[in-house]
Amino acid sequence: MIEFHAYDLATMLPELFLLGATCVILLVDLFIKPSQRDATHWLTIAALAITGVLVWNRALPDGASLSAFNDMFVLDGMATILKLFILLVTLAVCLYGRAYLRDRKLFVGEFYLLLLFACLGMMLLVSAGNLITVYLGLELLTLSQYALVALNRDSSSASEAAMKYFVLGALASGLLLYGMSMIYGATGTLDLAKIHVVVGDMVHSEHRTLLAFGLVFLITGIAFKFGAAPFHMWIPDVYEGAPTAMVVFVGSAPKLAAFGMAYRLLETAMGGMHGDWTLMLSALAVLSLAIGNVFAIAQTNLKRMLGYSTISHIGFLLLGFVNATPAGYAAALFYTISYVLMAIVAFGVILLLARAGFEAEQIDDFKGLNQRNPWYAGVMAIAMFSLAGVPPLFGFFAKLMVLKAVIDAGQMWLAIVAIVFAIIGLYYYLRVVKVMYFDEPADDAPLALPQDLAFRWALSVNGLALLGLGIAWGPLLDWCTRAFAA
Amino acid sequence: MLSSHLLSLLIWLPILGAIAVLFCGRNANAARWLALAVALVAFLVSIPLWTGYNIQGGGMQFIENVPWIAVLKANYALGADGISVALIVLTTITTALVVIGSWGPIEERVAQYMAAMLALEGLLIGVFAATDALLFYVFFEGMLIPMFIIIGVWGGPRRVYATLKFFIYTFLGSIFMLVGLIYLRVKVGDFALASFAHAGLGMREQTWLFFAFLLGFAIKVPMWPVHTWLPDAHVEAPTGGSVVLAAIMLKVGGYGFIRFSLPITPDASQEYAWLVIALSLIAIIYIGYVALVQEDMKKLIAYSSIAHMGFVTLGVFIALALVRDAHNPMGARLGIQGAMVQMISHGFVSGAMFSCIGVMYDRLHTRMIRDYGGLVNVMPWFATFFVLFAMANCGLPGTSGFVGEFMVILAAFQDNFWIALLAAFTLIIGAAYTLWLVKRVIFGKVESQKVAKMQDLNVREWIVLGTFAAGVLLIGIYPKPLVDLMDGAVRDIVQNLMLAKA
Repeated sequence: MIEFHAYDLATMLPELFLLGATCVILLVDLFIKPSQRDATHWLTIAALAITGVLVWNRALPDGASLSAFNDMFVLDGMATILKLFILLVTLAVCLYGRAYLRDRKLFVGEFYLLLLFACLGMMLLVSAGNLITVYLGLELLTLSQYALVALNRDSSSASEAAMKYFVLGALASGLLLYGMSMIYGATGTLDLAKIHVVVGDMVHSEHRTLLAFGLVFLITGIAFKFGAAPFHMWIPDVYEGAPTAMVVFVGSAPKLAAFGMAYRLLETAMGGMHGDWTLMLSALAVLSLAIGNVFAIAQTNLKRMLGYSTISHIGFLLLGFVNATPAGYAAALFYTISYVLMAIVAFGVILLLARAGFEAEQIDDFKGLNQRNPWYAGVMAIAMFSLAGVPPLFGFFAKLMVLKAVIDAGQMWLAIVAIVFAIIGLYYYLRVVKVMYFDEPADDAPLALPQDLAFRWALSVNGLALLGLGIAWGPLLDWCTRAFAA
Repeated sequence: MLSSHLLSLLIWLPILGAIAVLFCGRNANAARWLALAVALVAFLVSIPLWTGYNIQGGGMQFIENVPWIAVLKANYALGADGISVALIVLTTITTALVVIGSWGPIEERVAQYMAAMLALEGLLIGVFAATDALLFYVFFEGMLIPMFIIIGVWGGPRRVYATLKFFIYTFLGSIFMLVGLIYLRVKVGDFALASFAHAGLGMREQTWLFFAFLLGFAIKVPMWPVHTWLPDAHVEAPTGGSVVLAAIMLKVGGYGFIRFSLPITPDASQEYAWLVIALSLIAIIYIGYVALVQEDMKKLIAYSSIAHMGFVTLGVFIALALVRDAHNPMGARLGIQGAMVQMISHGFVSGAMFSCIGVMYDRLHTRMIRDYGGLVNVMPWFATFFVLFAMANCGLPGTSGFVGEFMVILAAFQDNFWIALLAAFTLIIGAAYTLWLVKRVIFGKVESQKVAKMQDLNVREWIVLGTFAAGVLLIGIYPKPLVDLMDGAVRDIVQNLMLAKA
């Protein structure tokens, strides 16, 4: 019997507001002239910001959680953090992308609407309490992403990337659904919390094989959405082929959502089988670290290199799950947030340097940047050192927390593997710094940067945040830890 | 109020100064003067550290302890014992001299160069002052970034190769140490070095940790066979970079052995002292011979640095052997004392030698020995300084180079005659490569037209070399204040080692 309560609506007020605002923006965008498109831009930013405030206001005390619509929707500490960062990052994507899109005649309302729908999908996904809501949120997100990647219809590389992404993504969704159906078959419920209980009872029964098969398919789906090896094939192509303004989105906020999905499916639902999935995740993590770091070395295209670097970072963050304890999840969440904040800086600088007819996506395009624009060369250097995990930058502390979680779990060998690949990874990040600082610029003309002050300020603040959070990262870590406090 | 935050002030003043210098942008003179002011103020601030350190009290002083990351129980914990104080003062002096010395030679992107130097100073002082392992590690790794930039931007023709090798090599060593530190954190529950020392580790754990630390610090020192990054880095680095690298950054390795290996893994350190002693002797003798055949002056001094740093590791680990084999705490103290004096002395001598090479390079733009000859005829003042530093480099009594090496050899004698004999070979080899260098560069006839036109020292170079010379002579003639300053710390280390043995 499905019951409906008015207070259920209050629980998901931010999502409802975002949905309403999206519809309004859709209509507004229909009726304005292309020259007034800035209205859509600022309305989108306002919608995201207000949604953020609503999420913030509804933050629950530590350890508390609320559910709505018969546990279809769950609001807890982790969901709040993830939603806030998803909104923040999407907002940054709006700010970073405008000048680039305008130069390429892609400054259209669809970009903003797809972003908003994707954002809504992510918020649902991280709050999902039921396999159906997981799937709903995920599809809303991924369908918007396919369309975003394909937004530049005239570009053959973007179309190819979108096609590849779509085919592989649809396959992964199918596998995920198949796994869900097996788990439903074994447990007889779609509710994540109930699955948890049933799985705990069933682990030693004859249904174990069925559950294990279902788990394998779930993990395949999760690994694909993260882009963990060996399900990473789409990442380099999409990163290279899609317009940079789309890549900065595809490469950032969805990782946060994927973290939420992984936590909901693996811990909330399948926590009783953590012995099985930690093993699978360890294998995925090691493979991702190896493939990501080794292949990144050979790249000459910066976007593609960052794609492989993403794969390696996903490997690192999956290590946080290996512990299957609150401290481990907190480390993984902390890592995800740090990675996302670093990635948007790196892509932001690419967007900043790009102009009509010039993509600034080859590593050689950054030659001598320090002599042409020392400030943004410094911002990019901070991002690179942070991605490489060199203290005192933010990225180091994220790695530190994950390594601590791994060593806590007694998996010393995994920690050693992780740092060996961190050393290999160091090389390609340093190469970018080398190109910017040690090489002579190809031409000495001063850089023509976009006159978009909001973009430039946001990017500078974002870059300096990597430095600031490297010194005062305690509060954020503390927040992440409290999100998983029982 | 101020005196209780002296260490913080010393760390953050140069770092904030570096940011201010960056804002000078293209105004090179403003950057130079501002950097000089910051470096001099930092030096002045470091003087009360020396005078205010209570030698009778010993132990860690100027303690600061503020919670940093509550979840991890990592603290912003600073403190200095005699060894730290000596190294911090060495750092502030050297940085001030480097800023003065780089006044003329660095013409491009002056603000960035000066900023990198000041940031490096702050981070180095942080390394010597941190008493929290995580904080130590942050400074320890953080200092790679400015050095990476200094070598890569202002270096010689093969600077990119050299700086990448430098960065990746040292990162490789220290990240294994990081795993060791996290392991200790998981074991004892916080990051304080003092609690690491009382972790009650078994021999197996100690062995693993010892080798993790050894890898990290041996690459920094650097010890044979992981020394190969150093000659490359030195040859390609600008003069200022070489000076800081040789005078201070190498000391971080020796300091690490004292701060980490000895207190945290005392048993494993004693067990494997033979290994480190053997590596040190190889560094002293074999690398000495390698230095003999070098044609590039910077490479020669780089190899001689490795040989001299061999004395540091020898002194530290001969002390362990003395505790273990002979229960000889006085001998052990002598060994560690000698190693520490050698660190400070080598800071002055190698800094001075690299500055001298910088002086020559600025005039002739070559570092090859064969391009020089007969400098005494055209640059008498320079020749005087150069010969003095050369004498210190081969350990002539009356110079600082003698004191440390003599103490280490004396300590080695108490353990094993043959080790002492082999170590004493350095007096011959060191004299050989240094004096031969002097003969070829300073003495003889002026063969080349270019050399004939060389000008003697200008005022700035006078100040730099004069200060180094004063340091070399002071420590050489009257080392007692320095030895007394560090004695308390050394005594504590030896006492802990005796306890671990018992």
